Amino acid sequence: MSYFWTILVLVVLLALSWRFLGSYMAAVYEGRVTFLARLERPVYRVLMIDPESEQTWPRYAGALIVFSGVALVVTYGLLRLQGSLPFNPQHLGAVSPALAWNTAVSFVTNTNWQNYAGESTMSYLSQMAALTVQQFVSAAVGIAVAVALIRGFARKGSPTIGNFWVDLIRGVLYILLPIAFVCGIVFVSQGAVQTLAGPATVHNALTGATQVIPRGPVAFMEPIKQLGTNGGGFFNANGADPFEDPTGATLLLSVLLLLCIPVALTYTFGKLVGSFRQGLTLLAAMAIIFGTWLGFSSYAEAQGNPAVAAAHVVAQPGGNMVGKEVRFGALPTSLYNIASTQTSTGSVAGANDSFTPLGGFGLMSGMMLGEVTPGGVGSGLYTILLFALVAVFLGGLMVGRTPEYLGKKIQAREVKLAALGILVMPIAVLGLTAIAVSVHAGRVGPTNAGPHGFSEILYAFTSQANNNGSAFAGLNGNTAFYNVTGGIAMLLGRFGVMVPVLALAGSLASKAVVPSGLGTFRTDTPLFTGLVIGVILIVGGLTFFPAVSLGPIVEWLSHGRLFG
Amino acid sequence: MPSATSTTSPTSPASPHGVAQSSSLFDPSILANAVRGSVTKLDPRVQIRNPVIFVVLVGTVVSMAEAIVHPSLFTWSITVWLLLTVVFANFAEAMAEGRGKAQADSLRRMRADTEARRLRPDGVEERVPASLLVKGDVVVCEAGDLIPSDGDIIEGIASVDESAITGESAPVIRESGGDRSAVTGGTRVLSDRIVVRITAERGQTFLDRMIGLVEGANRQKTPNEIALTILLAALTIVFLPVVVTLSPFARFSGASVSIVVLVALLVCLIPTTIGALLSAIGIAGMDRLVQRNVLAMSGRAVEAAGDVQTLLLDKTGTITLGNRMAARFIPLGGSTESEVGAAAQLASLADETPEGRSIVVLAKERFGIRERELGDDHEFIPFSATTRMSGVDIGGRQVRKGAAEAVRHWVIDQGGTPPPDLDAVVSEVSRAGSTPLVVADGPHVLGAIELKDVVKQGMKERFESLRSVGIRTVMITGDNPLTAAAIAQEAGVDDYLAEATPEAKMDLIKAEQEGGKLVAMTGDGTNDAPALAQADVGVAMNTGTTAAKEAGNMVDLDSNPTKLIEIVEVGKQLLITRGALTTFSVANDVAKYFAIIPALFAATYPQLGALNVMRLHSPQTAVLSAVIFNALVIVALIPLALRGVRWHPSGASSILRRNLFVYGLGGVITPFVFIKLIDLVLTALHAY
Repeated sequence: MSYFWTILVLVVLLALSWRFLGSYMAAVYEGRVTFLARLERPVYRVLMIDPESEQTWPRYAGALIVFSGVALVVTYGLLRLQGSLPFNPQHLGAVSPALAWNTAVSFVTNTNWQNYAGESTMSYLSQMAALTVQQFVSAAVGIAVAVALIRGFARKGSPTIGNFWVDLIRGVLYILLPIAFVCGIVFVSQGAVQTLAGPATVHNALTGATQVIPRGPVAFMEPIKQLGTNGGGFFNANGADPFEDPTGATLLLSVLLLLCIPVALTYTFGKLVGSFRQGLTLLAAMAIIFGTWLGFSSYAEAQGNPAVAAAHVVAQPGGNMVGKEVRFGALPTSLYNIASTQTSTGSVAGANDSFTPLGGFGLMSGMMLGEVTPGGVGSGLYTILLFALVAVFLGGLMVGRTPEYLGKKIQAREVKLAALGILVMPIAVLGLTAIAVSVHAGRVGPTNAGPHGFSEILYAFTSQANNNGSAFAGLNGNTAFYNVTGGIAMLLGRFGVMVPVLALAGSLASKAVVPSGLGTFRTDTPLFTGLVIGVILIVGGLTFFPAVSLGPIVEWLSHGRLFG
Repeated sequence: MPSATSTTSPTSPASPHGVAQSSSLFDPSILANAVRGSVTKLDPRVQIRNPVIFVVLVGTVVSMAEAIVHPSLFTWSITVWLLLTVVFANFAEAMAEGRGKAQADSLRRMRADTEARRLRPDGVEERVPASLLVKGDVVVCEAGDLIPSDGDIIEGIASVDESAITGESAPVIRESGGDRSAVTGGTRVLSDRIVVRITAERGQTFLDRMIGLVEGANRQKTPNEIALTILLAALTIVFLPVVVTLSPFARFSGASVSIVVLVALLVCLIPTTIGALLSAIGIAGMDRLVQRNVLAMSGRAVEAAGDVQTLLLDKTGTITLGNRMAARFIPLGGSTESEVGAAAQLASLADETPEGRSIVVLAKERFGIRERELGDDHEFIPFSATTRMSGVDIGGRQVRKGAAEAVRHWVIDQGGTPPPDLDAVVSEVSRAGSTPLVVADGPHVLGAIELKDVVKQGMKERFESLRSVGIRTVMITGDNPLTAAAIAQEAGVDDYLAEATPEAKMDLIKAEQEGGKLVAMTGDGTNDAPALAQADVGVAMNTGTTAAKEAGNMVDLDSNPTKLIEIVEVGKQLLITRGALTTFSVANDVAKYFAIIPALFAATYPQLGALNVMRLHSPQTAVLSAVIFNALVIVALIPLALRGVRWHPSGASSILRRNLFVYGLGGVITPFVFIKLIDLVLTALHAY
């Protein structure tokens, strides 16, 4: 299948999931889907939750923090104790404290930054009970926050924004588990490995060499890795490993899975606020930026490596194949990696580090713009809504009204919370990068010097603070310094945004609705799409331009000669 | 009235001037005061109130310290221009305040040293300075006296010259009891004698409040201004780490950056333009209302005016000319139209009411019947509330005109029989929204006069344009539903409230507000007070009662209810100006990056010179040009901030498209052009 047809099929499948998955999710969170009630109700009973009772935003946020805190402690404990626990055929020892901290934070925050090689560090129990469980629940937490914010817009004069426990459980039960299960079968059918048996030892009689081939319960972990925009693979090579991503079909399915929920949530948003055009406007902004970066990177990768071209040594018929998986080729790998960096997934089918400067810039920019194109599950929608709020504020003023979005007046409190939610990420990225380049422990991290080394550090914190989890490679992140600071970046980037978003949801839900008229600033038009894109680009561009100019831009202007 | 500025013509009837002395935007005396203010406002305690400009001030100090340690033409130039940025910001605010201060000064002169004639409880009159009067005192004012303080007339009737407050030179009648009993301190009694009970405490008179308002002494930030300040503070906070982290980033790359250049970058990136002009925009918005002779009691009300979705307009005086006009003579019972006209004219000769005059005018226009000299043998019968008709007895004839029922009874009393089609004609006229008068000559009913409510010219278009910006107009009238519907249709309002009582008005406002709409209304009577207080924008007429004025959040000194529409426009302009200048300010940053970033790392990464798309001469001229542009753009935009962005009634989308184009795209492009120009000038100076 040519690249063009791959994209076309993907677009059609996404359009379908936008419409049907979107309205299905709306039904799930409105409580209209009940086919698993016999599984759902006992869970509430065990947890002593009244599914009918609703929470104010501080209680909702409190429940979320408590849940995530417990998840963090449990995950950390499992990783530290894995040596004495079952399902450990390789007899792997305890994960070191710093790495266990970083990994626990990473999976609880839906980041899946991996400072380790899965096959040689994590027991099967850690992979399944610690990491995969978090891939489900952290994704459900993200969607829950988005749904709470949607309720804030949809409700009038309501003190509550839903029940966190119900949103969490319904998200896992009705959305993530069924899709992941069905797609797990597809992965198995395509040849992904799924076993609890230990690594296979193969003796090559011809050469006399003995090869140890790692295996594990991989196939059923794959779908949720993508669907929940988690990105943490079983193996170190992630999507480039044939046991994780065996065929072109699974590559396409992977890209579809990681895009489908963030995209479909815009439909859910539109449906719940009563106008699907409102969601379409945001989707258009996401799609335009996504398409631009995809075009950029595809073009840059198809051109080949400028340094190789300058050396006139070899031709590059397949484009820049350095670090690409030969089974897929340069372009599909670009699609996979762009999709995964624009969705806060962070899984890779090729080495990001080996992208051309411009292609690499495409990867990094998706994160620097705040992971909104379309971003992570839930987080993409609630973050773009923060940008939309700023766009509404400026646009609303310019039509001569105090600004309102979907009938809700945007006043000092809303502006404060939106600004807080938007600013946490760049401040965390820039601040932690500045510390890293200033102290010895940080300076020894990158394997490259100069702008490329700087890019590696900048990328690491950008990826973690945006809960993306993709690595630029080249940075030795498994040190006490990077494990600890990375954990801080991930926590800030996750809960530093979620809490203001929930406060915003509470504030909006309690407001009355101003009826719209001819004088109202419309938020369901192409003009608004343009304004949202403008705000995203200007905020992201202005905050990261100086830093980026010292990394990828200067590399690009040097025609890649600074590589190495 | 005593005027502070030379441009005022206080008594010109064509353009009324009250507090609203239209001094030009850059009046020399205001300018001089503003220059002084821009230096005195450098006090950090003043600056801390404006977070954006405060950061510039701190940056200036840092830069100055660096310039002292490492003196060079470049470091000092940057320092001076940073300081000028703060000074220009102060200048903008001082300019906006200056206009109000000048107006306050002229009002103060008016208040000074009035002498009051206070009545002691025993009835003896004593002379005391007006400043000693307290609430409850009773004073006497006669022709020529200045009324010493605000109060209600408890005895007498007088004509009062209120031009000192309103600028309107025509005197107004004030009398005890009813809705016309309030008088304002500082106005002058022209005729007769009145006894006034003082209703204001010392320092709390209308004049005092007016002075406080135009001076902006206790100006508080409005909700939207606070929200915008938070956004600007956020934009300032995010650029702090952006700039501060550049230093370690550069060190990692083996480069070193000068502190002065970093400060310059920071100042260029934070939204100084809107930060400098924000308070000026707010003050100027209030000031633009004052120029229209409207006093807003709070900036909050001005802001709310921009959001108004429903306008409640009184029919009389706002939608229609205050008076009904004779439009048609309708003959009855065999008489001719000209007979009706002639009799009606006779009956109206002594009728000085506008209705009466309009009958005489119509008779002249239609039939050429001129005013006649009547002999001695006549007696005018004036209108009275009990007879509900007026007319003249001339010779043996008794000519009457009046309300249909009254004339019918009078004719029957005279032994006549009303024509059978009288009722049909009367109800037909009523249905059309007009008022019928019946004319009779002795026992014979001659016909009817149709008195029509005349809709003011241009109102239909005005309502049309209001509708296009999403504002609904509701006409309030005491007329019956039939009449109201007819006039509403003719005027083109969206809805009407007929037979309106204060309670019905109140219910209407509450219903609209429950639907989330903001409501504006005008009112003058005491019974309007609750509704004025309930409305989001309540404009009290200055001719109205004290209760009304205290309930509303604006006072219209001209007492012109149509002004509500202008108030809405001012509110919208205020908000648009804020949004447009914020957008402009942020869009400017793009060009500044392209000027400063290549300059910053020119030594380490000459490749970044490719980003120097403006081809600026040297790193130093590049940074300096950006800083100079950043400072000068504040001055360049002061007139826009004070006047406000133009606003035409049209749909939100077209307004947004236009403003995004002008201030968004313009904001991106303009600095590229001017930074290059400034760079060319600096290069020509050969200093760097």
